Amino acid sequence: MSETAEHSPHHIDVKEFHPRAKAAIHNPKIRRNFRKAMDGLMTKRKSAFEGWDLETLRDLGANIRLRALANLPDLLEQLEQKLTENGVKVHWALDGDEACRIVRDICKARDAKTVIKGKSMVSEEMELNHYLEEQGIEALESDLGEYIVQLADETPSHIIMPAIHKNTDEISKLLHEKTGTDLSHDVEYLTASARLQLREKFMNADVGVSGVNFAVAETGTLCLVENEGNGRMTTTVPPCHIAVTGIEKVVPNLEDVTALLALLTRSATGQHITTYFNMISGPRKPDELDGPEEVHLVLVDNGRSSIYQDDELLDTLRCIRCGACMNHCPVYTRVGGHTYGTTYPGPIGKILMPHLIGLDEGRHLPSASSLCGACGEVCPVKIPIPDLLVRLRQESVDGDKLHPAKVRGHGAKRSAVEAMIWKGWSWMHAHPGAYRFGTNMAARFRKLQPGQIGGWTQYRTAPKLAPKTLHERMKERGQ
Amino acid sequence: MVDPIKVYPAKPSKVYFFGTCLVDMFYPDAGMAGIQLLEREGIEVIFPQDQTCCGQPAYTSGYHDEARAVAMAQLDLFPEDWPIVVPSGSCGGMMRKHYPDLFKDTGHEVKAAEVAGRVWELTDFLLNVCHIKLDDLGEPTTVAMHTSCSARREMGVAEVGPKLLGQLSNVNLVEQVRTEECCGFGGTFAIRHPEISGAMVSEKVDTLVDTGAKAFVTTDCGCLMNIDGYAEKNRKPITGQHILSFLWERTNGTKGDQS
Amino acid sequence: MSSRETILQRLRNRSGGELTAPECDFSVLERPDWSTSERIALFEKAIESVHGEVHHCSNDNWLDRLAEVLSTRGVRNLLIPREHEIGLKLRSVAEREDLPNLLIYDEPIESWQPALFNDVDAGITSTRGGIAETGSLILWPTADEPRLMSLVPPVHVAVLYASELYTTFRDAMTAQNWAAGMPTNALLISGPSKTADIEQTLAYGVHGPKELIVLIIE
Repeated sequence: MSETAEHSPHHIDVKEFHPRAKAAIHNPKIRRNFRKAMDGLMTKRKSAFEGWDLETLRDLGANIRLRALANLPDLLEQLEQKLTENGVKVHWALDGDEACRIVRDICKARDAKTVIKGKSMVSEEMELNHYLEEQGIEALESDLGEYIVQLADETPSHIIMPAIHKNTDEISKLLHEKTGTDLSHDVEYLTASARLQLREKFMNADVGVSGVNFAVAETGTLCLVENEGNGRMTTTVPPCHIAVTGIEKVVPNLEDVTALLALLTRSATGQHITTYFNMISGPRKPDELDGPEEVHLVLVDNGRSSIYQDDELLDTLRCIRCGACMNHCPVYTRVGGHTYGTTYPGPIGKILMPHLIGLDEGRHLPSASSLCGACGEVCPVKIPIPDLLVRLRQESVDGDKLHPAKVRGHGAKRSAVEAMIWKGWSWMHAHPGAYRFGTNMAARFRKLQPGQIGGWTQYRTAPKLAPKTLHERMKERGQ
Repeated sequence: MVDPIKVYPAKPSKVYFFGTCLVDMFYPDAGMAGIQLLEREGIEVIFPQDQTCCGQPAYTSGYHDEARAVAMAQLDLFPEDWPIVVPSGSCGGMMRKHYPDLFKDTGHEVKAAEVAGRVWELTDFLLNVCHIKLDDLGEPTTVAMHTSCSARREMGVAEVGPKLLGQLSNVNLVEQVRTEECCGFGGTFAIRHPEISGAMVSEKVDTLVDTGAKAFVTTDCGCLMNIDGYAEKNRKPITGQHILSFLWERTNGTKGDQS
Repeated sequence: MSSRETILQRLRNRSGGELTAPECDFSVLERPDWSTSERIALFEKAIESVHGEVHHCSNDNWLDRLAEVLSTRGVRNLLIPREHEIGLKLRSVAEREDLPNLLIYDEPIESWQPALFNDVDAGITSTRGGIAETGSLILWPTADEPRLMSLVPPVHVAVLYASELYTTFRDAMTAQNWAAGMPTNALLISGPSKTADIEQTLAYGVHGPKELIVLIIE
């Protein structure tokens, strides 16, 4: 795993979560854009699953993912073998930097100058665009949301809807400034102008880079889920297609895809299915008239094989990247995706990113949750996200001698003061006599209670101690 | 997070009452109301004086050694096989759902699982074990209800509060928008991330006020302290109460045991 | 050691020990055995909800419907398959005045890409069936009907035989035995190209066709 990225374009200090959160909370535009979007997505998801036995379907989703993970090394080898038979070249990368170099080498061998990209979160993990630019290769995003984000020199704020933080007005101004379109709030017009500009790019691109939603081992098939058609363009028009994906994306059978697809699109955007479900099993055959002559798959580890070692953390790898956890997260809704400063924001980011960047770097991520459980409740593959957050909180303070921490950078959040407070708290609550004495004294001298309690009283009145504890009252009743 | 299907026990003659530390120090009236409701159902309530806290604050903060020491001190307080009732979805969830994990590899797994299996959230117990029938003695009123996230998602009792309130003939229950959304309490989260928690509770209070109700009830003292404290500080026209206090007052005609 | 070996070795020597694979019960995806007319109704409802357009036709009148659909849109030319019966039938009536100019995709894309991207108004393709539950068309592009036919022109017309309408995706893939081998490219198409990336407002035809027209032949 890479400790320090060779390249870090928008290097954001993940540790500066608090100031960014504060700024977002006080930014009415951010608050409004996210609230409106997330409310809409929650409603759509709910209605998309009407008439379904959702619990059973989620159980199936979870089992399909667990079955795939249980046989992960065998499936990866089977996938590689099938793809190779189909004429696809398979590459393996330990980390994002190696994956970038693989893409670069393929481009260089073809003397490629321009790369057109379909949406890929793994390529965001790799920071591929910036890397290619440094190598003198132009990389242009073609998903409309990604295109907007790239024009704005930003990163995606949502894994499914990258430009969700911007409203029409902001996008109109951006497109006007960067591409010369007229200022307009007509979304049809803005979309049509992007289509025109990007069609030129598709025709001239030397290489197309895409992600993968599911990789099917039995047939050697790469599945892409999309609405726009830019994914199909990216994987069909340029003479060379490079797909990049995490090693966990493999499933054994095509049948598995039917259930995962049903869960993915409904959970993500409340669609029964997306416009396109694109299944790619090989390059153009000699008699075919279009399609890329070369297809590559880059399998990226980037921390995943470490997550794989532990029975509990393993559940993180079930994720099918639908984004429902962020759509339903009350914290994400308030602070927006950029506050996290990580490739993957929201609940999935909080449990995944610490493995990718280290728990020292990502120490604030697991704590930024009220553990309300909304994420776990909607996860289509039943990842116990709140439990994993608690596990990572424990790892971040080395809080369990019986189950020593494993994640890189563990213990970084432990402070001597906080540890001592919890030790004292624990001693008092493990000694009933001391507890009763302490709580009785607090009740008796409740007038001395401080009126200000840190962040609590910034927004609320201080809790009011009762004149007598329940213990005392029950004692008076003879218990 | 695969929860076993709940199998409710037959109505027992005795229960253990685990009051929780927040009820103990800040809302003992809610605890007394719960005890009196149980007693009115003909159940003898045993309150072990050595109880303190379920251990959740340390557990969710990652200090599992400290949480375990506190939880360990509770495990021996319930020797008979009577149910353990808790006036909180949050503490109930800690004991029922997380004790088995917390005691993994300690040699106390069996006992922890046994205790966990007897833990019931009190309103759930009143409705589905006692089959309580409530006779409303109060004046007509309108209330909103906030079910805590742990009551809703860990203890699976989202339907219980509204059903109990529905038995009260003079109570008009109104529902706020985004009723399922967290109020922003989250234990130490409210201290560690005050701005985010503050933004969450402010929106929760707004939606509650928008219902037109002047009062709300809730299953958990953490949410109560959070929502009520925000409303009070910001002079919002709504006040909160633990649902047990509300149920007792409405059906007993008095504020109950105020000793 | 190569990255491949390193990764595989880490996965194989898992410190948590070997994992057991759970059983997967797919019965939750099963649907009642709907009749053809029920399947058609479902398909129509689903695809219309995402802006697809359905026309009910017979073997005798689909050409007329096609001509109508294209002329109301002012389509000047239509890309057709060369060997598929759809293409053969169209070519046999090529002189009809109400049909647009017929174009055939019979050269590699490299030789005529700008023309395809800029000058073709519509394309017509066959399908390998459809899926009622989700309102999806199944396409396996071939040398006769290449991938870009259904993607680049602003209007895509697809011919679907009602008898090839399956209830679910799983039913379709089982009946057609996809697991035995997949083509270089297979597609489910459910409506015209769309995006909601600008403030969740739907806009059609962002990269692919702005219109999808399905001729169901009953």
